[in-house]
Amino acid sequence: MMKFLRNYIDRIKPNFEQGGKFAKLHSTFDAFETFLFVPDTVTRKGSNIRDCMDLKRTMSMVVIALLPALLFGMYNVGLQHFRALGDAASAASIMGCFWFGFLKVLPIIIVSYVVGLGIEFISAQIRGHEVNEGFLVSGMLIPMIMPVDIPLWMVAVATAFAVIIGKEVFGGTGMNIFNPALIARAFVFFSYTPYISGEKVWVAGLSEMTNVADGFSGATPLGDAAVALTEGAQTINWTNGATPMDWLIGTYPGCIGETSTIAILLGAVILLWSGVASWRIMFSVFAGGFGMALLFNAIGMNVYMNIPAYYHLLIGGFAFGAVFMATDPVTSAQTNTGKCIYGLLVGALAVLIRVVNPAYPEGMMLSILFMNAMAPLIDHYVVEANIRRRQRRAISK
Amino acid sequence: MSKEREPLFSAKNMKLITGPLNMSNPVTVQILGICSALAVTAKLKPAFVMALSVTIVTAFSNLIISCIRKTIPSRIRIIVQLVVVAALVILVDQVLKAFVYDVSKQLSVFVGLIITNCIIMGRLEAFALGNTPWRSFLDGIGNGMGYGVILLVLGFFRELLGAGTLWGYKVIPDSWYIANGGFYSNNALVLLPPMALVCVGLIIWIHRSRNKSLIEK
Repeated sequence: MMKFLRNYIDRIKPNFEQGGKFAKLHSTFDAFETFLFVPDTVTRKGSNIRDCMDLKRTMSMVVIALLPALLFGMYNVGLQHFRALGDAASAASIMGCFWFGFLKVLPIIIVSYVVGLGIEFISAQIRGHEVNEGFLVSGMLIPMIMPVDIPLWMVAVATAFAVIIGKEVFGGTGMNIFNPALIARAFVFFSYTPYISGEKVWVAGLSEMTNVADGFSGATPLGDAAVALTEGAQTINWTNGATPMDWLIGTYPGCIGETSTIAILLGAVILLWSGVASWRIMFSVFAGGFGMALLFNAIGMNVYMNIPAYYHLLIGGFAFGAVFMATDPVTSAQTNTGKCIYGLLVGALAVLIRVVNPAYPEGMMLSILFMNAMAPLIDHYVVEANIRRRQRRAISK
Repeated sequence: MSKEREPLFSAKNMKLITGPLNMSNPVTVQILGICSALAVTAKLKPAFVMALSVTIVTAFSNLIISCIRKTIPSRIRIIVQLVVVAALVILVDQVLKAFVYDVSKQLSVFVGLIITNCIIMGRLEAFALGNTPWRSFLDGIGNGMGYGVILLVLGFFRELLGAGTLWGYKVIPDSWYIANGGFYSNNALVLLPPMALVCVGLIIWIHRSRNKSLIEK
């Protein structure tokens, strides 16, 4: 079989090379060939020291790290749906919940990949580049930070916007300033606000349900807190009596992949163990968020400021953003000191936006995008400071 | 005079009008007047009125300055130009308030701010001070229209995608909207100035890919 495939590819290869019939489709052919077989081209000049971490392996590791959160997200989609219906028997069946969620989430993943990869292929073709693996992770991240009830065409438009405006205009993979997946979410958030906020969209089919179980609410914890804040309530009425334990496990309404802190931390372990993500960024985001929340505790002016500081790390997209979004090696700071400053500010800003501006319940998206823009500036000053320090040392001796 | 008189609409003169529409467009090539192009184009009608106002102000300020260009001392030429432009802007503002009050309200400060529009001062400095009145007038019309075309394109797409209307009339049927059982939803981001800037960027992208000579090395 392998031999047959190899022979077939070798036979049609001349068609795609310079002067061949399909020379225009060279990138597409090349992408499929390297997808099927390990390329045999090697660097010919100079000495090269490389380890096994190329782009393909990095991307694959991140996708693997995303799987726990994704699988749990699928299960949670089914669970929340059956809870909303008050169907205790179906909600108890793990496979039943998972299967329901799988069928709901799969179309979103397919749309995200088809649109994103389609645009990547076309732009690689136009530029005469090779198609690279840059979209593998973004294509998986985009569905995971969308509400399950989002119309598919919105996912398609947002993905197209993110890939073209967020990535290709800057020069493609590795050249983008902002995290493409977050650009897609920000696009949906500002364009189609009713479909990515409120109390209905986080549970599959809730907006059309006529027989919602008594007392069930599809509001997210962040939504609860923002409502309590704007209404001036004395206590926050957490959805369906959720406890921090529920937030840790992830059985509450929210974006598909963001709810389960445990599954996300499992992904974090994979990322850190394989060395793909920076522990400095991950740790400092959590530290920044926790510190900011403690600061708000000390001020204690309203009910949102008074919630225990660790709540902030559990609810909403904080953990997901810290582990998978802020650590994006392209858009984060590059220097070690810079990474710590960047992470601290991401976490602190996220909590600041959440508490001070309840119009934007999820501060994580905005704070990471903002810090993406600031990352080069942070790096610049870190490098400058280093140069000055070394200069002083040289002069004083 | 031995030289034959040039016809009013000679090829050379017509180029003053067609040039700014394409190869020397004030917005997409010279990147002038971006600020108001982002601010007033959320709807087509104000965009059209703005385009018209700027065209009139540019054309007549070019004409007037060109007429008196030989008597203006060059040390105070900027203040003379400003007086002329300001007078014309006040005229336009009063006319708008009298005849299209609702649009005038929507445009708010941006009519008054035509005076600071870089296109107008740019054309006065670069063209009207050194050319005859008729040619300056045509140049003003051309640049005003070049600016107006971009405004209309922006206004068209932003109103269509952002509000589902054109010139205030519903274009997208009500039954398409999700609230009425359809599938469609307006895009609120297009109505915000940041997206307008992205749209200007897209227009520049298309313009440059069609005219390779505009691409800098």
